[in-house]
This record gives sequence, structure tokens and C-alpha cells, in this order.
Amino acid sequence: MSSDARPQELSYADVNRDVVRSLVETGSKYYITLACSIAVMLACFFFPWFYQLYYGIGAAGVNHPSVWGTYLASFIFWIGLSHSGTLLSCVLHITNSEWRKAMYRSAEAMTLFSLMVAAMMVMVHVGRPWFIHWAVPYPNQMEMWPNFRSPLMFDVMAITTYLTGSSIFIYMGSIPDFAAVRDRTTGWRHHMYVILSLGWRGTDLEWHRLRWAYTFLAVLIIPLAVSVHSIVSWDFALSIVPALHQTIFAPYFVVGAIYSGTAGIVTVMYFLRKYMNFEQYITKVHFDNLGKLLLVLSLIWTYINIVEIFSGWYGGTSTEGEAIRYRLFGYYAPLYWEMILFCAVAPLLMISKRFRTSFVPMLILSILINIGMYTERFLIVGTSLSRQYLPDAWGLYVPSLVELSIIVGSVAMFITLFLIFVKIFPSVSIYEVKETLPEPEPEPDTPTGEPEWQPTH
Amino acid sequence: MSFIDDFLASWREYREPGYYDSFDYHWTMTVDLDRCTGCGACVTACQAENNIPIVGEDALARGREMQWIRIEKYWEGDFPDVKLRFIPMLCQHCDAAPCETVCPVSATYHNQDGLNAQVYNRCIGTRSCAVYCPYEVRYFNYNNHHWDAPLEQQLNPDVSVREKGVMEKCSFCIQRIRQAKDVAKDEGGRRVQDGEVQPACVQTCPTEAMAFGDRNDPESQVSQIMSDERAYHVLEDLNTAPSVVYLRKVEGDVV
Repeated sequence: MSSDARPQELSYADVNRDVVRSLVETGSKYYITLACSIAVMLACFFFPWFYQLYYGIGAAGVNHPSVWGTYLASFIFWIGLSHSGTLLSCVLHITNSEWRKAMYRSAEAMTLFSLMVAAMMVMVHVGRPWFIHWAVPYPNQMEMWPNFRSPLMFDVMAITTYLTGSSIFIYMGSIPDFAAVRDRTTGWRHHMYVILSLGWRGTDLEWHRLRWAYTFLAVLIIPLAVSVHSIVSWDFALSIVPALHQTIFAPYFVVGAIYSGTAGIVTVMYFLRKYMNFEQYITKVHFDNLGKLLLVLSLIWTYINIVEIFSGWYGGTSTEGEAIRYRLFGYYAPLYWEMILFCAVAPLLMISKRFRTSFVPMLILSILINIGMYTERFLIVGTSLSRQYLPDAWGLYVPSLVELSIIVGSVAMFITLFLIFVKIFPSVSIYEVKETLPEPEPEPDTPTGEPEWQPTH
Repeated sequence: MSFIDDFLASWREYREPGYYDSFDYHWTMTVDLDRCTGCGACVTACQAENNIPIVGEDALARGREMQWIRIEKYWEGDFPDVKLRFIPMLCQHCDAAPCETVCPVSATYHNQDGLNAQVYNRCIGTRSCAVYCPYEVRYFNYNNHHWDAPLEQQLNPDVSVREKGVMEKCSFCIQRIRQAKDVAKDEGGRRVQDGEVQPACVQTCPTEAMAFGDRNDPESQVSQIMSDERAYHVLEDLNTAPSVVYLRKVEGDVV
């Protein structure tokens, strides 16, 4: 597989040069993009949020039966998007996949930043975010614990654990790269990487320990990631709302999460490749393999959707029947069929290898899949709550402008975090890419005195 | 290790059968649907007693009305052969309440009187209890409410006024229950007698369709009404064990 992964003429020195260049050489395009995304984040996320803090949750479109809205849908969406990065990286690490090595760093960063945005969505969602710390178990003067029976409480635990685990994982995998960059930079960057690389020297013992700890964490994180989205699904499945109270929800959410996360990786890969000049590192092989994965996931996802409808119909209760009828043919039916088109029908194109290895169609498809997956989360929250047991309390929920603006702003927040990341972390793993290259000729005993790469300022 | 002993003792107590369903008092309400005319007096009385805000036209149109007790209307048949049925819907104070398990901060819990209590000061506004409640009787404060002068003069001092971002719902007029229990305690620690405490809706009902009392007392009015063959719980198959008992409407010429 590595034969056509990248041109063979790439050498160790080239890898160092390319990756360090991505960190130290910054064009005006980067600054313009960063400024735009920060501006959009402030204008579309923080400004409406502050207005909502002042006015109350009424700034959103939520009403009596549908007390949950797009904030919760966004929360599930971002948690879902976080699922592929670290999980995929861990699975590929313990199965020794060569093609993982060029892409895993940015995929893991995606995990980290989507989790952060998801945590912000919780703050936006709750009515009194200034008391959100009450949901965390800590000794306090009230002598009150949180409610350990609550699935929301499980959520707090699962997400903090996942955030901690994946932060440690991405940081530990980057230590040798920080050291490599440390040795090739000057000025404040050098000082920063001196601290970040924790005095890494590259001895055999250090490598041995890093490998051991890295594999240990990878094995630890796989079940953790699966449990996180299962627990998020329990927020819904442990209720007795028709159409939410389903045992299929945990696998449904996990598959959906990995699905949308993998599509997210394809999107991020495309832009990294195009704008950070990583054409030689992120290649058709990556898109081909991710495409195969996406295809399988889309089929599983479609299957689970069919099961959901079948079991609702087979259950035969009038409440389940009405919930399914409303989702398929009710007010939000166009959104439902849009989701089916984007997430179940369009991905079938990936059966053809020619489609999987063309970059722009894969980019468009990956974005469509994530739009479809966002719709799925919206429908789960929006349509189920408006059709519950007592028909007199049925309602309709339509998102308000504040909510739509916060969705846009949360995307901008994710982009901002990612843009800052690519200038601090080597977004392609230097040492693991080198492992896939042929070893260079042994160096002569007497050093030539020429540094292999001149630092720029 | 007294700490471990204490812990084990409380654990054993918790594992004891009946820990969750034996209460000092077991407050229960009965609603006779055959007597209910759907007049809405209970709704108004509740509004006045419990400082429930009047949300205004806009919020009403957006489905944000506040009614701790509401009259549900169900139309049957086509014009001109139309029937309208009423059912007053309020917090059922379930003994197996879905809302209590989901609150991450225990802002809603079951108290020693079998009431489903809501602590406004503890609520962080996740609104998950309202989702989990199958009766849709939990109401959220989407914003701060105000009372136009001179209406703020008639606020009940025994009931707190809720701020934006907290959930609220029927409390079975817990302030009246507390008062009755205080009186009983001062009079030599006797038990609260049947008929001594009535929520605002029961007190107001012109047709006396509603009754309120302690189910633990077999002589009480509610205990006797509950044994009526018309008695049922709303959505009984969900196993929420509600404390509100409805009496079925009598259809046709039943003698």
C-alpha cells in the first residue's frame, strides 16, 4: 500500500523541511482567514449567546413540549464529529496501518476541538450556565452531590474523561515532533517547543517508553470512545418519550458519530492538503481508504434507520406509530428525506474507486454527509418531542435566528481553534511519516557542519 | 471506622424494601371527570396561589404558557355530532417519576410526603425533566416575568417567584401542606386530619370534582374514592405510579 502512498524521492530531510515550513511560514491568506473566523465567532456565537444570557433561553425557539432545541442537536453533532479522530487513530495504530501516519495528528486535533465546541454548546443549552459546576461532583459547602442516577451526569463524566484521554494522547504522540521542531526553530518558537517537548532527546529508552505508553492509551481510548456516544444516546433512550425510548439508540449514535466524524476527517484532509502544501503526504490512498470506511458506515447507518422504523411499526402502539408518521410525513418530512438522500443514497457513489480517489467530489460528499447528520440530530430532538403521549400537548418547534446564528458561530469557533492548532502542532507526524520512507544512506562519520535546513525568522 | 459503619448502615437502609414507597403522608388527589365541567376555576386559583406569571400574548402564541394545572380538551366526532371531553392535567407526583432520575443536580426529588418536589434554587435549567415527563406538566421560565402594577401586590408571600432559566410545576400547594403540618405539630404533634389541607384548585372547584388527602389513612376521603371502580391513572401502562387518580366519565344511561 505504501508503494503508491507518496513519491519515493521524498527523504527524511524533506519531511522535516515541509512540516517545519508549515509551522513557521505564514502567508497573508492565513491571517485573513483567521481574522474572518474570529470575527464570525464573536459576531455569530458570543454576541447572540450574551444576549441569550441576558434575556433567558426564550431567545431560542424552544417552547412547551419541545423544550430541547438545536443547541442539544449541535451538542450531539459536535460530540459525534469528535468520534472519528482519536478513535480511528487508535484503531489504525493497533492494527499497524501505514496510511494512518500522515493523517492522524489532524484527525485527533479535530476530536479535541469538536469536544471543546460541544462543551460550549452545553453552556449555551442550559438555562442557568452560571451554576453548571453543580453537575460536577466536588466537595462543597452545600454538602450536595450531583444525581448519580442521571444520564446527564454520566455524560459529564464520559465527556471529561474522553477530553482528558484524547488530549494526553495527541500530546504524547507529538512529543518527538515537538523536539524535532525545537531543533529547527529559533526565537520564541524555540522556547515554546523546549517546554512542549519536555526535554526529549530521542534515546532508545525514551522511544521504548513512548511506544509502550502510546499503545496503552490507544487500547484504553477505543472502548472509552464507544462508551461516550452510547452515554450521549442514553440522554434520550433512558426517557420514555416514544421514538426515543429505544434499545438501538446506543449503537445508532456510535455508528452515526463515527460516520459523521470520518466525513469530517475527509473535509479537514482536503483543506490541509490544499492549503498547507501537504500534497505529497495526504494522497489518494487516504481518500480511497476513508471512502471505503464511509461506504461501510453509511450502509450500517441505513440499516439501523430501517430497524428503527420497523421496530416502531412492529411495536404497534399508537404513540410510536404517530411519532414515526410525524417524522416521515409531518412538518419536518422534507428534512427527513434530505437526510436520507445525503446520508443513505449519495454515499453509494463511493462504490466506484474513481469517485473515492477524486478529491473535490469527496469533499462535497463529505460536507453533504455532515449536513445530513446534523439534520438527523435535529430530527431526533425536534420531531420526537413535539409528538408525545398527550395529544393536547403536541406542538411545533421552529429554531429562532439566535439559534441559527449560534450554529454558524460554533463552526467558526471550530475553524478558529483548528487554524491556531496548525501553527503550533506539526499537523503531519514527522517521525511516523519517516517510518514509511526508505532509510537514508548511513551518514559519514565526520559531520559536514552544514545544517540540513536553515531556520527562518 | 465509624465512617464505613455509617455508610454500610445507610446502604442497608437504602436496600430495605419500601425505602422508596413508604412515606409519612402519601398525598393524593382525585379528579372525578363525571363532575368536571371544564370551567377553568382551578387554573385561575392555581395562578393566583402560586405566583404563576401571566406570560402575555406573544409568549402564548409561541407555546410558552404557564399553567401548573391545565384543562386538556379532546374533541370527538364530526359536526354536528360533536363531543368535547375535559381532563384537568397537573403534576401527577409519580412515585416512580422519570423526571427525578434524569435531573443531574437532584433539583427535583421525592420528599418524605410522597411529593415530587422541585427546588428552584438548585435547578440549572437542562430541561431534561420536562422531556422525560410523559404528562407534559413541567413549565420552564424562558425569561424573567413581571407583574404589572398593582398585580405585584397580590403575590403570595409563601411562594417564591421564579427567575429565568428554572423549571417549575405543580407542588400540590406544598406551602399549605407545610402550614397544616406546623399547626398539627404545635398541637401536641398530632397527625394532620383529613380535610385540613386543600390545594387551591381543590378548594376552588365549584362542582367538587376534586378531592385531596392522605392515602396512608384508610378512612380519608381519597382512600375511599380510590376504591371506586371508575378509578384509573392516566397513562397507567408507563408504570410511573401517579398520585393523581381520575374517575372515569359515566357514558350513556348507566344506572
